[in-house]
Amino acid sequence: MPGFDFSNYNRNAALHARGVPLPKATSTGTTIVGCIYDGGVVIAADTRATSGPIVADKNCEKLHYIAPQIWCAGAGTAADTEFTTALISSQLELHSLSTGRKPRVVTCMTLLKQHLFRYQGHIGAYLVVAGVDPTGTHLFTVHAHGSTDKLPYVTMGSGSLAAMSVFETQWKPSCTKEDAMELCSQAIQAGIFNDLGSGSNVDLAIITADKTTLHRGFVKPNERSQKLKNYKFPRGTTAVLNEKVITKDEIGKYVSVHELESAEGEKMDVDS
Amino acid sequence: MDHRPQAWGRPRDDVYGAYDASYMNTNLPNQHTQSPIVTGTSVVAMKFKDGVVMAADNLASYGSLARFTDVKRLRTFADTSVIGFGGDVSDMQYLDRHLTELGIDEAYQSDVGGHNLNARNLHKYLSKLLYHRRSKFDPLWNHLLVAGMDEDDKPFLAAADLLGTTFTSPSLSTGFGSMLAQPIMRKYVPDEASVENITKEKAVEVIKECMKVLFYRDARSMDKYSLAIVTKDGVELSENKLENQSWAFADRIKGYGTQTV
Amino acid sequence: MAMFSQNPIMNGPNYSFAEAPKAAMDGLREHRFNPYTDNGGSTLAIAGDGFAIMAGDTRLTSGYSINTRYAPKVFKIGGTTSSQDDANILLSVVGFAADGEALQERLDSVCKMYRYRHGKPMSVNACAKRLSTILYQKRFFPYYVYAILGGLDEEGKGAVYSYDPVGSYEREQCRAGGAAASLIMPFLDNQVNFKNQYVPGSGIGHELQERDRVPLPRDEVEILVKDAFDSAVERHIEVGDGLQMMIITKDGIEEKVLPLKKD
Repeated sequence: MPGFDFSNYNRNAALHARGVPLPKATSTGTTIVGCIYDGGVVIAADTRATSGPIVADKNCEKLHYIAPQIWCAGAGTAADTEFTTALISSQLELHSLSTGRKPRVVTCMTLLKQHLFRYQGHIGAYLVVAGVDPTGTHLFTVHAHGSTDKLPYVTMGSGSLAAMSVFETQWKPSCTKEDAMELCSQAIQAGIFNDLGSGSNVDLAIITADKTTLHRGFVKPNERSQKLKNYKFPRGTTAVLNEKVITKDEIGKYVSVHELESAEGEKMDVDS
Repeated sequence: MDHRPQAWGRPRDDVYGAYDASYMNTNLPNQHTQSPIVTGTSVVAMKFKDGVVMAADNLASYGSLARFTDVKRLRTFADTSVIGFGGDVSDMQYLDRHLTELGIDEAYQSDVGGHNLNARNLHKYLSKLLYHRRSKFDPLWNHLLVAGMDEDDKPFLAAADLLGTTFTSPSLSTGFGSMLAQPIMRKYVPDEASVENITKEKAVEVIKECMKVLFYRDARSMDKYSLAIVTKDGVELSENKLENQSWAFADRIKGYGTQTV
Repeated sequence: MAMFSQNPIMNGPNYSFAEAPKAAMDGLREHRFNPYTDNGGSTLAIAGDGFAIMAGDTRLTSGYSINTRYAPKVFKIGGTTSSQDDANILLSVVGFAADGEALQERLDSVCKMYRYRHGKPMSVNACAKRLSTILYQKRFFPYYVYAILGGLDEEGKGAVYSYDPVGSYEREQCRAGGAAASLIMPFLDNQVNFKNQYVPGSGIGHELQERDRVPLPRDEVEILVKDAFDSAVERHIEVGDGLQMMIITKDGIEEKVLPLKKD
């Protein structure tokens, strides 16, 4: 499998040794949870992405598609969760096509842990893997170093303790879909309000044997307040030091112009 | 002969080589409590309409070793206030001695027979002490919670840490509890106004629930704990054991991944 | 002559303990106790014609945790008693909370002593200078605090003085401090000092007239403060929970606490 490009490694190591800081990655200092119920599994996530103390994205998606009935909630470095889940999703799809069977959650979990273990924690992906396959309902956590865990309820990310406090006080061995949804939603909200790395809304996905239902913005407890004043500037407020108008006739002086005869369908189209 | 006293009794450089003075290096920071050794974990506390409930377990850890299992980390002050100690146990015992002395001095000097320090005064005193010590680069490695009644006989609860940072809130917690127990307590007392709706029984129930969650999830905790209830009538300090634990999640777990048997 | 090789400059032995080599032999040292921490939060002050507004959020953080949702950052300074009913100066502090409290108490006692000795309250500009010297006294172990002082000057105009942690200060029209200062300050430059705003159609190129700076009325400033904090809360994780506003006018000091988002 083609891997990462390490050609700048030595240069960057030398620069880093001389005090040049590493570039700051967007991290999803996050709350993500999962909970098994009788008949399926629910996973949920908050929607805040941070870069240091700054909110980089107020409504990002942390529930990643792996297969129709396998989904992943990701915490850690945003790019790593995004690419790792996409990579394993692709491998799982090919595997499923070649075997002619539905992908299994354990296969996904094993691919993830082996990929992450190989990179010794340098791929900062912390995942909650959940799904339903012919062998049943499954829920796992996968840490960046490659360790996994199997539990009926799990939490991860910077808000994992806040979320876990909800599970440890409210979880019961047998619960309905509604119970599990409420429990996961409460757990995420505990993270949203008590952990600074988590915030904004609750995203939630319910996976059952026959379908996956994704609730984007399941709860929105943090709508932006209305501004008290209108900040529209009158036209002409910004200084224009000089102005140059280029008409369409003269545009040939600056760029090369090719007229396209628009017949049936665009010429640039590759299909149709 | 070199007449400077510093040079007396030293080996001569030309005979023994340059004197290695590095052992008497006084430019290094003082090595008092530069890091905690034997430690106590979380203290949790929350207000209710007539007072404050506080709890802390009886474990003193030596790193990952559960070293002492019968250490009381809550102490009363003159039967009107309670102090909960998180962090270094030797510094806790130093503060304990110091507070006992303070209590005696205050009782002796006061003309009413009792003493004049309420919980707010006590918290101010302790936070000044902690800030003073951090400013000397010789901190007392503790995070304290102080509970009691203020000058208007209203419930008082405040924290002070090893840097001298102070804050108050309807519910407070130190260490691991600030991440695990605070979310539970904040549900019941999100603000000062909601304290009025909480009874003593409810507060005790919530605190016990917090101690249970901490025992489940904090590896440096144990199932024996002290619980204090402060009201204007005084302090009830009791020793407790965790009840109604649930490990129901455990029986369906098989392995950590692909194992099925 | 290399008889006393220890200190060639003195050309003789130097056994003073203070002059012992600074670095340990192995070059490795255990991590020292760090006497500072950052408790997050943000402050804001705007001076008007006959008033000054000081504001700050009420969240106190450490790391990713919220210590409390209500810790005031704006204080009345220099009243006769601890109730501060007749205070004439406001101080906001943000940064390391323990230093902030120490600084606040120190300045307050200085102002109280002044009142006791002179039988009148300290003027804002005298207090501003004194605060600068208090900060500079700890030049080599600073109060890790961004302070802003506010009040009314001798003419009754709003005055805002802003400080760095070691006492450099300046009187300004407005200033934002703390975690979200870099988010709020450009907004203030534009909306209070009308930076980058020109009068439409007043000229071509460099002839263009800048928008006239006029002091804003109090209600408008209060709106700007609320909007500034609402926006800072959206984009800074350490800002939120509550907005404490103190407005000083010739009639005294008014305090308002408004809710902010709690996530």
